[in-house]
Amino acid sequence: MIELSKLTIEKANKSFVRGEFSAVELAEAYLSEIEKKNKRLNAYLEVFDDVREQAIAADKRIKSGKADILTGIPFAIKDNILIKGKRVGAASKILEGYIAPYDATAIKKLKEAGAVFLGRTNCDEFAMGGSTENSAYGVTKNPRDELRVSGGSSGGSVAAVAADMALAALGSDTGGSVRQPASFCGVVGFKPSYGAVSRSGLIAMGSSLDCIGPIAKNVEDAEMIFDNINGKDELDSTSLETSKLPNLQTSKLKVGIPKSFVGEGVEKEVINNFNDSIEKMKKAGAEIIDVELPMLKYALACYYIIMPAEASTNLARFDGVRYGPRISGDSSIGDYFKTRALFGPEVRRRILLGTYVLSAGYYDSYYGKACAAREAIRADFEKAFKKVDVIATPTSPTPAWKIGERSDPLSMYLADIFTVTANLAGVPAISIPSGKTANGLPLGLHLIARRGSDGKLLSHARFFEKM
Amino acid sequence: MISVEDVKKLADLARIEVGENEAKTLAKDIEEIVGYVQQIQHLSVEEVENIAVMHERVLAEPHNVFREDGTPHIAGEYTDVLISAAPEKKDGFVKVQKIL
Repeated sequence: MIELSKLTIEKANKSFVRGEFSAVELAEAYLSEIEKKNKRLNAYLEVFDDVREQAIAADKRIKSGKADILTGIPFAIKDNILIKGKRVGAASKILEGYIAPYDATAIKKLKEAGAVFLGRTNCDEFAMGGSTENSAYGVTKNPRDELRVSGGSSGGSVAAVAADMALAALGSDTGGSVRQPASFCGVVGFKPSYGAVSRSGLIAMGSSLDCIGPIAKNVEDAEMIFDNINGKDELDSTSLETSKLPNLQTSKLKVGIPKSFVGEGVEKEVINNFNDSIEKMKKAGAEIIDVELPMLKYALACYYIIMPAEASTNLARFDGVRYGPRISGDSSIGDYFKTRALFGPEVRRRILLGTYVLSAGYYDSYYGKACAAREAIRADFEKAFKKVDVIATPTSPTPAWKIGERSDPLSMYLADIFTVTANLAGVPAISIPSGKTANGLPLGLHLIARRGSDGKLLSHARFFEKM
Repeated sequence: MISVEDVKKLADLARIEVGENEAKTLAKDIEEIVGYVQQIQHLSVEEVENIAVMHERVLAEPHNVFREDGTPHIAGEYTDVLISAAPEKKDGFVKVQKIL
């Protein structure tokens, strides 16, 4: 019996090399967990039929002595990241039946390392949401409390890792979609600097905000995955080489706390937990510094203008001509209207909202202003990172909520307050488990670093993880 | 104020069929969201002007990202796989209803 709950990537790799268990045995152990739990949790939309073949190939590589650290490691992949020849659909009816014609760059890199893909995981439709309740295929339940949501939009990927249905996972993060579910389910979720991981093969939502990020049981695992998938890619003109970027060198770790930002609308237990984390950081030798980020008061408004604007543009391509099903109308334009009615309610809402803020007469006062605010937010971060190495906030103002509890869209949007800031500024951010509420619901500590300092952020996060 | 008529106009621009009841719900939702994001308009000129002073890019952001002209791949290399994803096709083309 392989003890999955205590397994990490490094441990699995050592066990492979020592011959304690094989990649096939490990894959089968996860498949049997999926078999047991997935009906209840709904983390996977599909378990691939070639998992065994993938694991056999990994075992061959391990035997030949050419194993990479990720060879044979079983991954769950969010349903908006393309794996050649596999179904992919962003949990939307509009992509029903669509087969990915190529590999996302992150997938290509994981394949080169010999990783094993167990299946594709549930998410909010087109990654729009914070609970997976917007999936066309039903909600993913939180493995820590099945009456509650797993968070979102990468809820399936996170639930898979949290419930030992995968050792690690890939998600995508446009406004917190890797970090918020990670905090809801008690695992680690990392959003790299914008451009650090190629977006090629990620189904687009907000192209200036989207990032692929790892979900793992600890920071070290997340780092191993990031080290594999990051890098400049000619298929994504916004991609960057982070390793060559300057890192801030300091002997004593300085942690910035934006006090005025962490207050209103945040649940008492979350605040208390955050204050405990600050105390622990102090004890661990970090210097705590108050930082002012006055422009963050515009962050959420800014995000809910820029994101729908970009999403409405990106989603214009789903027209029933090139991919997915077509619902026929009485004319060729009628085909568009009927086919695009396949979008679920939240996606329609955001497309219309995006259309609104981009329309003549509103463009300057909404989209134009939001772009200016975004620059101001970036500048705020730049200024703050002259004084501190990382900025800490809670990941989410609340723990996981009950399924169906938040029905109006605005209350759902307000939950993204801390996470959207990092996407707007393009800076790296990570959520690490920081304890639990009295009811046993996981909470997360959110750490943000300067753009391009991904490696630094991960090493700081590793330090705080051990507090 | 966002009316049901406004929503219908937006849906028309976005090429999405929206029913009468849904238009009512959407009008209420969008009204509420726009009401919230409107605070962006409080951003003052002074706040924005600060950016020029404070904003130092740490990184050389990507620029001039276009590749040189050339042949990126063999003509037709991806045609079959891309066409195969279309809901209707004929003789290597994507098929749609008559446009003109």
